[in-house]
Amino acid sequence: MQNLLILIPIIPLVGALLSFLSGKIDKAVSGWVATLAAFLSFFLVCYFFTGLEGGSVIFKQTLFDWISINDFATSTKQVVQFGLRLDALSMLMCLIITGIGTLIHLYSIGYMAVDPSRPRFFAYLNLFLFFMLLLVLGSNLLMLFIGWEGVGLCSYLLIGFWYKKTDYAKAGRKAFIVNRIGDAAFLIGIFLLFYAVGSIDFLDLAKFFEANKAVSVASIVALCLFIGATGKSAQIPLFVWLPDAMAGPTPVSALIHAATMVTAGLYLMARTHFIFEQAPQVASIIVVVAILTSFIAALTALVQNDIKKVLAYSTVSQLGFMFMAAAAGAYWVAIFHVVTHAFFKACLFLCAGSVIHGCHHEQDMRQMGGLASKMPITFVTYLVATVAISGIFPLSGYQSKHAILGALEHSGFSHWIYYLAMFTAFLTAFYMTRSLIMTFFGKYKGHAHPHESPLTMTIPLIVLACLSVIGGFYLQDRLPEFLSKILNSKTHEHESIFASLLHSWTGLSGIFLAFIMYKFYPAMPEKISTMFSYLHRIFDNKFYFDEVYHLCVVTPLEKIGNFCWKVIDVGFIDSAVNGTGSVVEVTGEISRFFQSGQTRTYCLGILFSTVVVILLCFVF
Amino acid sequence: MCFTCNNILSWIIFLPLIGSLAVFILPAPRVVALISTILTFLLSLNLWSNFDSSDYAYQFTEKFDWIHTLGINYNLGVDGISLSLVVLATFLMPIIVLGSYSISKNIKMYLISMLMLQTAMLGTLLSLDTFLFYVFWELMLAPMYFIIGIWGGKRKIYATVKFVLYTLFGSILMLVALIYVVWEFYKQTGQITFLLTDLLQTKLSFKEEFILFSAFALAFGIKVPLFPFHTWLPDAHVEAPTGGSVVLAGILLKMGLYGFIRFACPLFPRASEAMTPFIVGLAVVGIVYGALIAWRQVDIKKLVAYSSVSHLGYCVLGLFALNTMATTGSIFQMLSHGVTTGALFILVGILYDRKHTRLIADYGGLASKVPVFSFMFLLFTLGSIALPLTSGFIGEFMILLGSFKAFKIFTVIAVSGVVLGAVYMLTLYLKTIFGELDKDRNADLTDVNIREMFMLIPLLILMFFMGIYPKPFIKVIEPSVNNFISLVSERSEYLDQHDKSARASFNLNKALKDTYRDSKRKK
Repeated sequence: MQNLLILIPIIPLVGALLSFLSGKIDKAVSGWVATLAAFLSFFLVCYFFTGLEGGSVIFKQTLFDWISINDFATSTKQVVQFGLRLDALSMLMCLIITGIGTLIHLYSIGYMAVDPSRPRFFAYLNLFLFFMLLLVLGSNLLMLFIGWEGVGLCSYLLIGFWYKKTDYAKAGRKAFIVNRIGDAAFLIGIFLLFYAVGSIDFLDLAKFFEANKAVSVASIVALCLFIGATGKSAQIPLFVWLPDAMAGPTPVSALIHAATMVTAGLYLMARTHFIFEQAPQVASIIVVVAILTSFIAALTALVQNDIKKVLAYSTVSQLGFMFMAAAAGAYWVAIFHVVTHAFFKACLFLCAGSVIHGCHHEQDMRQMGGLASKMPITFVTYLVATVAISGIFPLSGYQSKHAILGALEHSGFSHWIYYLAMFTAFLTAFYMTRSLIMTFFGKYKGHAHPHESPLTMTIPLIVLACLSVIGGFYLQDRLPEFLSKILNSKTHEHESIFASLLHSWTGLSGIFLAFIMYKFYPAMPEKISTMFSYLHRIFDNKFYFDEVYHLCVVTPLEKIGNFCWKVIDVGFIDSAVNGTGSVVEVTGEISRFFQSGQTRTYCLGILFSTVVVILLCFVF
Repeated sequence: MCFTCNNILSWIIFLPLIGSLAVFILPAPRVVALISTILTFLLSLNLWSNFDSSDYAYQFTEKFDWIHTLGINYNLGVDGISLSLVVLATFLMPIIVLGSYSISKNIKMYLISMLMLQTAMLGTLLSLDTFLFYVFWELMLAPMYFIIGIWGGKRKIYATVKFVLYTLFGSILMLVALIYVVWEFYKQTGQITFLLTDLLQTKLSFKEEFILFSAFALAFGIKVPLFPFHTWLPDAHVEAPTGGSVVLAGILLKMGLYGFIRFACPLFPRASEAMTPFIVGLAVVGIVYGALIAWRQVDIKKLVAYSSVSHLGYCVLGLFALNTMATTGSIFQMLSHGVTTGALFILVGILYDRKHTRLIADYGGLASKVPVFSFMFLLFTLGSIALPLTSGFIGEFMILLGSFKAFKIFTVIAVSGVVLGAVYMLTLYLKTIFGELDKDRNADLTDVNIREMFMLIPLLILMFFMGIYPKPFIKVIEPSVNNFISLVSERSEYLDQHDKSARASFNLNKALKDTYRDSKRKK
């Protein structure tokens, strides 16, 4: 059975090829081919799930030695295998990737129905599944790194999918480059581990870190891996690419930039949790970064008018929550939130896509409103997902967010972090409800003729909404048990329904306030934003991160580049080279004067020099 | 099965020369040249299949007296390092000949130059006699001089003169140093010889080693090219015809690195060790510096040329880290760079053939007009920025991993090249391929034709094959690298026995001062 492991990623890879080729014949087919590939892969994952026996079995498949070196000088053999490994954690991720992936493929058939280059779209989407599955199935850090960079590539290609718009293509490039900065740190982390442990296989690493407590490189390795994670999972300082990434088609935002790829950083941390556990200083860095990211992103989301931008900042903010949980050592809670977030955020994005689709590519919420009656399914699913993300009992967001807050409370970090996280949870409910009201309530303000989306789009919405409702409740006990072999997961004791309702107060108050401000006193937000126009501007420009980077990194580097080229290379080095040539040339010119070929000049020269020599003899 | 096993190396070297004669005599020069290069390639594959990768000694050796009185031999031999480069060279040649269809001026002469260049390159790689090596080394210049000078662009004369004089300058110093070594060996043993294996027994004082190594390093450093001796490269690349650029980036640049491996480091191990921080420093500067300059270029070919400076910086870094991982990676990266950068030059050539401009600003939005071209360009761009599963990643990873053991800080700086590489390549891709097709002159651009596909597809397959399954290449390279490393350390010990004091008290500053004082005293 485990020799079939490679098929899980290979099926989407073949699917990518086939869907592109089938698009040459009939463009409508390509979407179904890709969806079928995703579904087959999902089916295979489910088949493996039955064999996993609740997480007690681990499947392994080693294909070949990828890089293997015999070092004679130290007589060691350094091997990196091309191998796959499926355990409970990978299984969970695989289920999300292929499951939600299939739904989003299905949705894309409707969403991209009229796009002339949709075969390319589906090929990229399937390729993404391939890399993402490789990421979670890799048996060592380098295998993970293949997927890590590969999903970055797909993200780049899909953000810039409508490449004719230069801004979109630029957003893709930005995503790739910012991610690469994280990847560079990741690589250094791999190097450090390689020499500290002698292997980068997860199993060897786990054994090593279990046997050796207080490994000296643990902190620096953890820091490097975390920087890598900040790139992929959009945390400060590398989060700036994610809002721009919304240039991609909306299903891409749902799959890559909400449900799967951006959680790869969390997967990495959970996978190598034994390293992070030995690096408590890094944990405090992580928690600070995470809470700041979460808070800043939530504030920025408050003032966005583009529906996708709201969701993008919300994703950044929720990722911050996950990192907080990981920093507090509650890795299973982080993964729990990854799962529930995948449900409701994918649902929200797809709803947004449905709205954009229905309103003929309008993304500005000020041009919407009153869509509740025109798009009832989209409205209900959006509502459910909004309540879920706000953390209202008994929907899925409540269980995971409550678990995160609980972990923070008992973590030993400063209580301020706990309070700030709670406040951010309140903000989450507020800005999500704001987007709900602006989009679906009141009167329609746009000029298009909004209509409900086709079945291929609404079915995934309904499925995801159902998952958002029951997911948390269903998983809160089963997940920790499932992951217990890998992550140190203890479940918290159950509380009464009454207490749960009471604990939903942050979310409820956020929703309540948003209703007051945007539904009942619609003039109020305007007044507040003019009162605090300064703050509004800061939020609206996401705290000027882009501008600061441009000023402090991009422009200086451009200047250095130009300086290197024009001053050092052309001005200095090349002048020296050409100067050498000129010196030779000038010397030649001068000596040419004497080599005139005329006998009388030579005679004169001989005469003249003889006289000089004789004179010199007299003098000395 | 082994054809012409007794002197297969001679056959490989001189088959292109025979081919050039055939091109001269027979009609249909391109077909003849193609057949000749393919035959050479097949022969080199035959060599590979008969090569025993578990044996690190030189194989298929041939040895005859050439100039007896001067102890000059015709001595050939192949190990894993030269084998891989030979296969790369013979692999690229048919592709270059295919590319010659876009050249109309004096095609016979062009192909003859190319084939002679191939003979010279293969000879350089397979020589074990230092004099023979030198002859082939200089012989590489002449055809390249014509290729750039006759079939080049607007500033071809400037570029070709610069290229030849610059390289010649380094080689002359190398020749002097070489003669000095031979002379020393003669003084010590009374035997005059240019054989590498003999010369490796020469006893040298540390100071001598230092000066001689500097001469060799200058020759090879110019060829690599190592910062700050690189300025001939962008000019040569920009002016050279496509085939010239491919062969230059694909093989000629690697000759410098090969020279370090085969000659400079084993002959002068202590000096090379002492100079390592200096050379690696230059390499790392080159990585960052080349990448930053590449980013600012307006000419596509110049951009790719500067990216070569950056990529070869990695090779030098890995080479001088002198451990199996890094040095194997360095040679792997040479192969990979030959494939990806060669392909990028072909792609630029495809554009140039159609529109006669290489300026980035003259293109834009090509994706909608030439999708196949854009897709190919994308794949090779990814190879160039070392995305996993392409050959570039394996090379870069091995180099960085190995170098990290030897020099932490340098490697960390070098890793920044990973980011900068993405910056300049993706910016190039963005500006040429993405966006609206807004230049009217590009409206009639045609996509890659079948001949060009035949040039690109083999490179594409090789790039992914090397990235996914690098084992066959590593298996061949690695034993020879281990042999190289042990050779260097053994000779280093050997020299230490005869000249103990020097290294302990070595100080770069002092050595330079001493040399200066000595030279004054002699006057």
